[in-house]
Amino acid sequence: MNEDQFDALQSAAEAGIDTETLTVRTDGETYDFVVPEASYTGLSDDELHAAARRHREYVTEWYFWTEVAPEPAQRRAFIRWVEQADDQSVPERRERLQEGIRREWGQLEIQVKLAEAGRRVYQLHHIDDSDERVEDLTVHTDPHEAREIRKSDEDGRYRPLSTAPTLRRGWAFVDLTPAALVETIETFYPATIANWHREQEGELDVTHWHDAVTRQTGIYGVVETWDRGEGTDHVEWVAEACCADSQCLKRREWEYDEETPLDADGGDGTFPCREPCSLVVSAARKWTRIDAEESRTYEFELTPSEKEQLEELIDAVADGRTEEIREADFSDGANRWRARFLRAKLFEDGNLDGVPTGDGGAAEGDH
Amino acid sequence: MEQALVIAAHGSHLNPGSSEPAFAHADRIRATGLFEEVRETFWKEEPHFREGLRTVAPDEVYLVPLFISEGYFTEQVLPREFRLEGFDPADWDSDGTTADHTTLTAADVGKTVHYCGPVGTHEAMSDVIIRRAESVTGDTEVGSGVGLAVVGHGTERNENSAKAIQYHADRIRERGRFDEVQALFMDEEPEVDDVTDHFESEDVVVVPLFVADGYHTQEDIPGDMGLTEDPASGWETPTVVDGTRIWYAGAVGTEPLLAEVVLERALDAGAADSTSAARAMEGTR
Repeated sequence: MNEDQFDALQSAAEAGIDTETLTVRTDGETYDFVVPEASYTGLSDDELHAAARRHREYVTEWYFWTEVAPEPAQRRAFIRWVEQADDQSVPERRERLQEGIRREWGQLEIQVKLAEAGRRVYQLHHIDDSDERVEDLTVHTDPHEAREIRKSDEDGRYRPLSTAPTLRRGWAFVDLTPAALVETIETFYPATIANWHREQEGELDVTHWHDAVTRQTGIYGVVETWDRGEGTDHVEWVAEACCADSQCLKRREWEYDEETPLDADGGDGTFPCREPCSLVVSAARKWTRIDAEESRTYEFELTPSEKEQLEELIDAVADGRTEEIREADFSDGANRWRARFLRAKLFEDGNLDGVPTGDGGAAEGDH
Repeated sequence: MEQALVIAAHGSHLNPGSSEPAFAHADRIRATGLFEEVRETFWKEEPHFREGLRTVAPDEVYLVPLFISEGYFTEQVLPREFRLEGFDPADWDSDGTTADHTTLTAADVGKTVHYCGPVGTHEAMSDVIIRRAESVTGDTEVGSGVGLAVVGHGTERNENSAKAIQYHADRIRERGRFDEVQALFMDEEPEVDDVTDHFESEDVVVVPLFVADGYHTQEDIPGDMGLTEDPASGWETPTVVDGTRIWYAGAVGTEPLLAEVVLERALDAGAADSTSAARAMEGTR
């Protein structure tokens, strides 16, 4: 506790301090001072000062949460969550803060340590860089520099979905204040703190699929026509395709509608997804068109292995596995030479087994 | 009362450059310290319009659309997605280019939102177009002996799109700085394809009134004007087309001066105090 903190305590006592771990009151003459393990009444100025010094960890904690931790409530609640403030007593928490507390938020690892005068200092890095030394990472201190990191994956490809599990490694944000920590997280994963806090408070405003697509207009208005009152299979497929943890780290909380939950796994993410995002709506626009086509019967001649290879190819693309298939691993149906051989053997003028698509295929329709 | 500035831009699922102007202008305004917080929000990126307001602390928000014209986005998409209760385009009492601001409450967060007209129709945008012409020619006096083409998308979905282009072309022409000023369009007459037919000057500066560089400004327009056979490999500035030197500027929205139009929109709606704002922006130049 320093003198500024004591002065702040003394002046706040006039209006009264009443938190779970510290109570200070004055009748204008003397002070009452209460912490979990002690209680004093009728203290003079000097005695108040002595009591505050004796129990300084409570005073510095009070000061941190009153004067330093950022407003509004959602940001403060997040800072408390980072150090598990609601689960531990002040002395326990301060002891753990001396060593450092680590929490995960999507692919971010937050590290908080106690600094001078009860302040906190935060560090943020990729969860997979947890064991790296800061000297080996590219160090940042400006929260907005997270924009560039967020923008492209390890291979330099654009990441339109910030909560895709493709955040690149090799960087660290250091010496962050609580407000800078919040801003950096906000830049990596926009709106996740606000929505997490709403959920914590039981106030998450979920917009389910049906309402979300009904709201669409313009080029996305067509998605509404996919809801033809023929069940919810199509929405199950969308959720399975787009919202699994392998694709997005938000935990899907939206369903078909209020009464109709989906079977697809919503994921185990820390922060919620409150409505179908713009990428899902955009993909759904495409699926609305291609799913509206009537199915028809085609006849292809395939060997059993060729059929299985087609299945393996779709799996490999869907699981994002194509890059890791070894050049000479000819046992893998999605190996490039295996795929090229299949094309050489089965395609004629770009058509599988030489069978024309006929009218209405996506290749000749809307792109 | 603390105030936030929220910029609403289109963004892209495919093109990482699309959101750059929004970030660049926000950074400049943020540096002035005029607002407690400045937040970029997007239709196609994050935070989405739907969730933008909940990420800022202040209860009073100035919402400025980083769009070129009044129409579908400013009248339907933004009011709906930001949940601006009771918004009616008639409240703007606009002739298609004169929307200024209206004050509403956002239903999901209960914040007071001063919803401003788009940057593209603000009168100060004419200055940005001229600044763009200066930047691309490297001549701060550019005008004499030079033609200026202000290029827009056209009326594909909305007639106000052409009105905004015409509005600035008329205003700049009235100043008499350039020998000739023409509004040209991608998908209607007079078309940008025939740019040299519309000018007599030997030098013509072409400024597309678009917020961000993307397919239209980096492929369509340069290709249509004949600056290059292959837009992907770039073009010379200037490029001589049919005996006319074409100085193609790229999207006006990338010009740093646009930040001041964003700020002007918020000031017009009552944000901050304009004298200190002008000083603060000076400091960021």
